[in-house]
Amino acid sequence: MSGHPVSQGAFTAALLSPDLPVPEGLSNPDGGPATKRFDVYRNNVIVSLTDALKTGFPVTLKLLGETFFTAMAGVYVRQHPPQSPLMMFYGAEMPGFLEGFEPVGKLGYLPDIARLELALREAYHAADAAPLDPAALQALDPEQLVASRPRLAPAVRVLRSRWPIHALWRFNMAEGAPKPQMASEDVLISRAEFDPEITRLAPGAAAFFESLAQDASLGDAVDAATAEATDFDLTTTLGIALSSGALTELRAP
Amino acid sequence: MLDASTHAFDRLPNAVGVGYKPQHFRDILADPAPVEWLEIHAENYMGDGGRPLAQLRHLSERFAISVHGVGLSIGGEGPLDTEHLARLKHLVGWLNPASFSEHLAWSTHDSGFLNDLLPLPYTEATLARVAAHIDQVQDTVGRRMLLENPSTYLAFDESEMSEIEFLDDITRRTGCGLLLDVNNVFVSATNQNTDPVSYIEAFPIQKVGEIHLGGHDEDEDETGAPLLIDSHGREVVDPVWTLYAHTIARGGPRPTLIEWDNDVPDWQALAAEARRAADTLAPALV
Amino acid sequence: MSNHAKSIAVAGAVAAAFAAQMTVPAHAQAKEKCFGVSLAGKNDCAAGPGTTCAGTSTVDYQGNAWTLVDAGTCAEIELPEMADGSARQGALEALERDLPA
Repeated sequence: MSGHPVSQGAFTAALLSPDLPVPEGLSNPDGGPATKRFDVYRNNVIVSLTDALKTGFPVTLKLLGETFFTAMAGVYVRQHPPQSPLMMFYGAEMPGFLEGFEPVGKLGYLPDIARLELALREAYHAADAAPLDPAALQALDPEQLVASRPRLAPAVRVLRSRWPIHALWRFNMAEGAPKPQMASEDVLISRAEFDPEITRLAPGAAAFFESLAQDASLGDAVDAATAEATDFDLTTTLGIALSSGALTELRAP
Repeated sequence: MLDASTHAFDRLPNAVGVGYKPQHFRDILADPAPVEWLEIHAENYMGDGGRPLAQLRHLSERFAISVHGVGLSIGGEGPLDTEHLARLKHLVGWLNPASFSEHLAWSTHDSGFLNDLLPLPYTEATLARVAAHIDQVQDTVGRRMLLENPSTYLAFDESEMSEIEFLDDITRRTGCGLLLDVNNVFVSATNQNTDPVSYIEAFPIQKVGEIHLGGHDEDEDETGAPLLIDSHGREVVDPVWTLYAHTIARGGPRPTLIEWDNDVPDWQALAAEARRAADTLAPALV
Repeated sequence: MSNHAKSIAVAGAVAAAFAAQMTVPAHAQAKEKCFGVSLAGKNDCAAGPGTTCAGTSTVDYQGNAWTLVDAGTCAEIELPEMADGSARQGALEALERDLPA
């Protein structure tokens, strides 16, 4: 036999574009050209990727509703098919996509919600790390302490938003959480054991963690935080860091 | 933290396994019977840490594990993704699973990963490409793999040989084994209007290292011909159980997996499916 | 603040944070080593999508011509306008034309 060959490029193009005809050379068992049988593959691709986005962005899904999200996902998966077979990380371009997607233009907070959901997933799959024993900090004298450089755990993410992302997330995920009020909110995402936690940060705390992420010393991180917020509360911030496993080890000064 | 394990699960037992779902973790540890081994999708355990790897490490101390890849795109026209191969090598390296298998399919093209097991024409050109890719996988991972027969929904006019001729040739060129998905046989035979029993009769059964069973959905094409979808979302149907019994009668017992990936039921329902497979397997084990 | 004063302040904060850690039973240490189900199940979604080697039987792949249905919780959320005028209440734009696929 020497039927019409079908390249994977032509197959892929027709998969992603329902308006394109089914490539020549694909047949039903009776020899007629395949139509609905090709649609099975189209369907598998689009529906499985749409389902993946629904699983990965549950709050975005709730905010937009099932019908809207599904339709939007049909656009997204064609513009941004996964670039790796690790489906657990699919959707990294969602924040940027939402920023440019006209129908959600009035929902200014939506891209930051998607960023939060991506950060939660990254944290869930991040490398394990033993939390810093607070006694290791206690053991240092004040000068050593200021010069010490606590390393952030691999799961730690800091997000700053002009929107109340913590309140928006809670409103959609926590039973009985109040309606969000307008506020800028910074959050810390960390993972003490297996479940990522979101903690709202007071002014200055985001700068503190961002500095530590850049290998700053504890003293320099405090300076960066205080520069942003003169009332930066180190005790509370350290309490959050220690209890959430955000700090993992002390590097030598 | 993930040191190489030295457990005794160097091969899958001639018993029943299930596709592992995290929601069954506690039930499996508490009351696994009749399940004796577990299969995971390789790609779900390629993160850096967290619960998935902690669970897998724990389960691997009690159960033989089969690593089943869904993302290598062995039938792809382009080269294999070497980053992905490296991730696979790492996983197989630390887990030391009892078995590694992948699909006769493609899923990646220039534009990205399409998240479906897409079909291949059975030609000399495909044969050469798939064989070269399997050689590369086996060389990289350092072990023999099993290749699974696909569910197909349509036919390629350019095909020059049967699926069985194709698979048999692949095993001879690469030394790989086969994973016989009996539900896929039934789905493909129905969709291609061929006889599933003849397929099983002709299959190189001595090269089969594992059998898959799963549920499918029923539809029809635009001409009214039956169109079965390999959905893994319900019980195995009676004709597939019959085909499975026939397979075991012909080739002897094989490690047998129940696949249930969509609308995943509770552990009791999954264990009931596994029990049915175990009951079919039992007479062949004496 | 002098470097010395800062050192003393940081040390004081560390001591206070340490004391707080001691008084609250650290849930991270006390709770069960749970590989199983996440706490209260509420963070399961963080696992993200898994893989599948199965097909799907619902035919729903078109989706490049659609009419908006505004049914999500964003409709319940009203955020007052900010000084820069960027914030508005959470209505989706009705769209009844083909979207670029």
